[in-house]
This record gives sequence, structure tokens and C-alpha cells, in this order.
Amino acid sequence: MSWTANDFHIILVGGLCAMACALPGTFLLLRRMSMMGDAISHAVLPGLAIAFLISGSRANIWMFLGAAIAGVLTALFTQWITRFGKVERGAAMGIVFTTLFAVGLVLIRKAADHVDLDAGCVLYGALELTPLNLVTLFENDTYIIEIPRAALVIGATLLFNIIVIALFFKEFTMASFDPSLAETQGFRPRLMHYLLMTMVAVTTVAAFEAVGSIIVIAMLIVPPATAYLLTRKLSVLIAVSLIVAVLSAVLGQVASHLPPLLGLPDTTSSGMIATASGFLFLLAWLFGPEGLIRRNSGELEEPADAR
Amino acid sequence: MTWELLRDTLLLEYHNTRLVVLGVAALGATAGLVGSFLLLRKQSLLGDALSHATLPGIGIAFAIMTALGFSGKSLPGLLLGATITGLLGVLLVLAIRSTTRLKDDAAMGIVLSVFFGLGVAILKMTEKIPGVSAAGLEGFIYGKTASMVWSDLFLIIGVLAVTTTITICLLKELTLLCFDANFASTQGWPVLVLDIILMALVTAVTVVGLQAVGLILIIAFLITPPTAARFWTNRLGSMLFLSAIIGAISGWLGASISALYSNLPAGAIIVITAAVIFLVSMIFGTARGVLPRYLRHLKLQKKVGRQHLLRATYEILENSQDNTPLKNLPIAMGLLRKHRYWAKGELSKLIRQARAEDHIERQPSGELRLSESGFGEASRITRNHRLWELYLIRHADIAPSHVDRDADMVEHLLGAEIVHQLEAELELSKPTIESPHAI
Repeated sequence: MSWTANDFHIILVGGLCAMACALPGTFLLLRRMSMMGDAISHAVLPGLAIAFLISGSRANIWMFLGAAIAGVLTALFTQWITRFGKVERGAAMGIVFTTLFAVGLVLIRKAADHVDLDAGCVLYGALELTPLNLVTLFENDTYIIEIPRAALVIGATLLFNIIVIALFFKEFTMASFDPSLAETQGFRPRLMHYLLMTMVAVTTVAAFEAVGSIIVIAMLIVPPATAYLLTRKLSVLIAVSLIVAVLSAVLGQVASHLPPLLGLPDTTSSGMIATASGFLFLLAWLFGPEGLIRRNSGELEEPADAR
Repeated sequence: MTWELLRDTLLLEYHNTRLVVLGVAALGATAGLVGSFLLLRKQSLLGDALSHATLPGIGIAFAIMTALGFSGKSLPGLLLGATITGLLGVLLVLAIRSTTRLKDDAAMGIVLSVFFGLGVAILKMTEKIPGVSAAGLEGFIYGKTASMVWSDLFLIIGVLAVTTTITICLLKELTLLCFDANFASTQGWPVLVLDIILMALVTAVTVVGLQAVGLILIIAFLITPPTAARFWTNRLGSMLFLSAIIGAISGWLGASISALYSNLPAGAIIVITAAVIFLVSMIFGTARGVLPRYLRHLKLQKKVGRQHLLRATYEILENSQDNTPLKNLPIAMGLLRKHRYWAKGELSKLIRQARAEDHIERQPSGELRLSESGFGEASRITRNHRLWELYLIRHADIAPSHVDRDADMVEHLLGAEIVHQLEAELELSKPTIESPHAI
């Protein structure tokens, strides 16, 4: 097993990305909209494709704009179909994101002549390649500190998410737990909803290039869900889900080195990071304070506020 | 492209497109049928979780078959692997949901993302097995409609026939499960088993559909046709039938169109076709469509407005004279406005409508007067209102001073038959009834 600076870089990018996703993911979970993460991460495809077609290149501000618009449109269309068509939200979401994804596939097929882009790179990302594209952060005679360019992009996204959530913490909390109360208090829960969707979309795009949508979906959903099994306090929930996110990145990267030890071919970091988060969830599910083991051994007393 | 080409493709004139078009249409029909139950069970996105959960199975099956020296790409083997992990994923969703505080969406999201990540990791590993080409397994993610062969079609049709037969045999049980699972369970039906059977049916459709439209787009086949069909009917039987038809048409049209353009991905075109059908259904669907519902709403609003106006006029006439029978005298507009606190514009609109229907005439003096037919209608409406009020006072224990509003909520929907029942119940058959409260 070879542990190199590359691994450090991959963990850095993966961990930052996982944390950036876990933050909006927590509020998605509380609003019972976890699947929206999956939906948006598919539905940004046409936004990306149109941005490519307009600007003719990858990695620029158009991409974020296109994706943010596509993300908000997904939420908006889902809302409309639910409200005007009186369709169940899950079904409405399913229709919207599959359609947008299909439109994205067609557009990408059209765009493929002009730019280097295929659906595969959106799905898998190229986490292994991030160490190849480094930027120098700090340099003097003795030290050179270099980090992957992707880490900068995702770090900026993480910072953006932290700032938005810190600024609107009260609003997000109230909109998640009691939208009606939030409405009467003048907190605009619908605006918060679309802000959250924008965050999810922007995070998705920032992560796409580096790590692919698999990690994004997993990190939006699994760390908050794991934390949810361990605590009932919102601040702890956020902290724990950030820790689980980072742990998943570390564990996943370590695990991606394991198959060769067993004589198997090596594998992709992004897939293994998602798998590692699933493993952590499994641990919480089995051994958590309300987990299967304690539940079945009869140790667990139902809390007074349990529903 | 010429119209002849399109027509020939649609009519299955070409040997190579005939296969694909038939296969996809059959898939659409079955997915529409099974997806209907998923929609009614409010579990539409379970197909999403399930289809992602098939990926590790495909990778593992490929690896095992290769290790045993068979061809790794034998379709039945891959589909068996997909079925096993797909079902495992669904069972995990059910287990997470029932043993933790997490809700449906989180449970599905966890299974979906973790299984998919694992699947991608395994597929990447299989790509690197020396001497074996795993290229093409990714076709399961995006679908490779055009590369369908006859044996695939037979497999699809076989699986679909079995699925359809089971669905039709279990129609009653599945219906019960979808509409009232709690009732089903108190009646002694094995709800969990039925749920698992439904999931198995969905798995079967998903797995055979993977090859045709791809992992992500099969979800659309399960969700979109039933949701579109729901707009046209309130009956389960016709919804199932319509959903299957819409699925088949989406597949048939979508596959035909994509066959004509070499660079259009078939799965995507099929999904877009289904989405267009959905959109049309959502707007125009006769049972629950947005437009018909809006028109019905307008019609009711108009009817309520007319009844309010006529009753108000009648009540003013009653208050202003002691004659029996009541005389139809002209009344001032201001009196009418004050009676129900109408806004000026709203009242003029109502009066315009009533004049168009010949219920109200405007006197040369500017006052309003009920027409012959309007007077009769007004007396009938007022009488219905009071019948209903008396009924509510007697049987629902509502105070006479509060009953006006409650009666107003329902009286506009009273048919002649209910009015007769009310009369019989209250033993009232005189042509006029006095108001039980002060007006």
C-alpha cells in the first residue's frame, strides 16, 4: 500500500467536498427532502450543457449560473406540479428530474462536437486526477505548499455554504421545523427553500468536476442521516454530520487502496468514499444510542418526545 | 427526414428498428402498469433507489461469471445479479424506515447513493481485470436501446408477461395495499408480503428496462405514465389501462423518433416524449387536469354568485313588505349592496350575469326587479337554504344564530333529490319557509 501526497490531496478535496455537501444536506434531511439532492444533481445537467454551448468551455462562472438556474427550476417545477396538478411530491420530483436529465443528455450529445464533455465525467468525476492540477498557495526558500485547484473551488463553495447557513441559521431552522410559524413570523420559508436549493445546485456543480455526482448525492444524504441517528440536537447534528463527512473521505480513500492488497484491481476513490459513508451509517444504525443492538437488547427507553 | 420515413418507422416497416420499437413499447406498457401501484402507494421514488441499487449486482455478477470462465456479459446472469442487489436495496429501505426515525426519503437516498457508489467502485475494478473487456457495462447506466437483439426482446417480453400476469392476479390485494394499508393489515392481509411482492414486480421491470433505457431513465418509465394517466380518470381500472397505453406510446414514439436521428439517445427521447404526454395530461386531463378543474371552479363560482344575489334580493323583498304571497317589487341597488356587503364591482358583475340569464331586469328608474323566472328561482333557492338551515339546527345542533354560514357552505351543491330527502326528513312541504334566524 502506497501512501503518497496524492492521497493527501484526494482526501483534502474529498473531505472539503463532503463537508460542503453535508451542510445543506442537513437541512434537506430535516425538511424530508433528501431525494431532492439526488434530483438536483441529475437535473443540473441541462444547465451545464447550455452553459457549455454558450461559453464553449468548461470551468467558469457560466457553469455555476447554469446549474444554479437548473437547480432552482427543478424545485420550482416540482412545486408547480405538486400544487397545480395535485401530484404527490415524490412523483413530481421524479418526473421533473428525469425529464431535465433527458434534456441534458440530448444537449450534451449536441454539445459533444464542440467541447470535451460526456455524461461519464459528470457521473464519476476525476478525483484521482485532481493532484495533477496544483496551485501554489505559499512558497519561500524552504517550503512550498501546493494544493489541488479543485480544493480551492470546493473550499470556496464550503465557505459560501458556511456563510449562508450562519447568516440564515435561525430562518433555516424555523423553516425546516415549522414552515407555518416561520411564515407568520415573516421569515419567508419559501425563499429559504429556494435558497437551499440554490446552495445544493451550486455545491453540486462545484463538486462535479472534481469528484462526480456520486459523492455529491451520498454526501448530501448519508452524513446528515448518520448524525440524525446519533443526536436530537440541531447544532450537534450539524457538527456530527461534518465529522462523518470528513471520516467518509478519509476512510474511502484508505479503502480504495485495499482491493490491491487482496489481489484485486484497484478502484475509484469517489465510489469508495460513498461506500465508506454507507459503512459509517451502518455502524450508527447498529450501535447508535437508538440503534438496532440496544433496541433489541431492551436497553432503550422510548424518550418522552418520541413519535 | 421525410414523413414516409417516419411513417414507416412508426408502422414497424424496418426490420432493425422494429425490434427496438416493439421492445421499448412493451417495456413502457408494463412499467406503466406496475408504476401505477407505486404511485398510489406514494412510493414513486422507490424505483429510483431500486434502479441505482442494481448496479453493484451487475458488477459482481460480471466479476463472478468472468472468474468462473463464462462470458461476463451474459444478459441473464447480469440481470440476476441486478435483481439480487436491487431487492436487497429495497429491503434495506424498508428496514431503515421501520427501525429508525429516518423517513422514506432519507432511507431511499442512503440506499441509492451508497449502492450506486459501491456499484461504480466495483465496475471500475472489473474494468481492470486483465484480459477481459468490461466495456459496455456502463450501458446499463445510460441505456443502449439501439443495440437490442432478438434474444433481449424475448427476455423482455417473457419477464413482462409474467409481471403483468402477477399484477392482474393480485389486482384486489394490491389495490387494498395502495388505498388503505392499515385497513388491509387489520383485515389480516400480509401487508409486508404484499409490499415485497410489489417491490419484486418493480424490480423485474427495472432490471429488464436497464438495458433498454438505462438505469436513470427507467425511473421515468415507472413514474411518468401513471401520473399522466391519473389526470384522466378517477377509476383504478381505467387508470391502469391508460397508464400502460401511455407507457407503450411513449416507448413506441420515442424509440421511433430516435431511430431516425443517429445522434439522439433513445432513452432520453423516450423520457421527453413521456414528459410531453404528462404535460398535456396535466393541463387537459378530464378528471384532474388543471384546465378542466379551473373551468369547473369558475362554473361553481358563477353559480354560487348567482344564488347569493337571488337570495339576497328575495330576503330584501321579504323584509320590506308584509304581503303574503310576496309581491315582486323593484328594489334599490344600494339596499342590495348593504345586504351582503358586496364590493361595488363584484355586485355589478353579478347583476350583469343575472341580467344575461334573464333573472333580473333593470327598471327605468334605475332600480332592480326580479323577472318572472328570477322570482321563482329566488324563492326556490331561499327555500333550499332554509331547509338546510333547519336540518342543521335540528340534527347537527348548530345555534340558529350561526347556522347561516354553515348552510351557505353546502347548499349550492344540493340537488333536487337531496332537497326532497330534506323535506321528507323535516316533514316540511309548504312552498315558503320562514327563516329560522333574523336576516
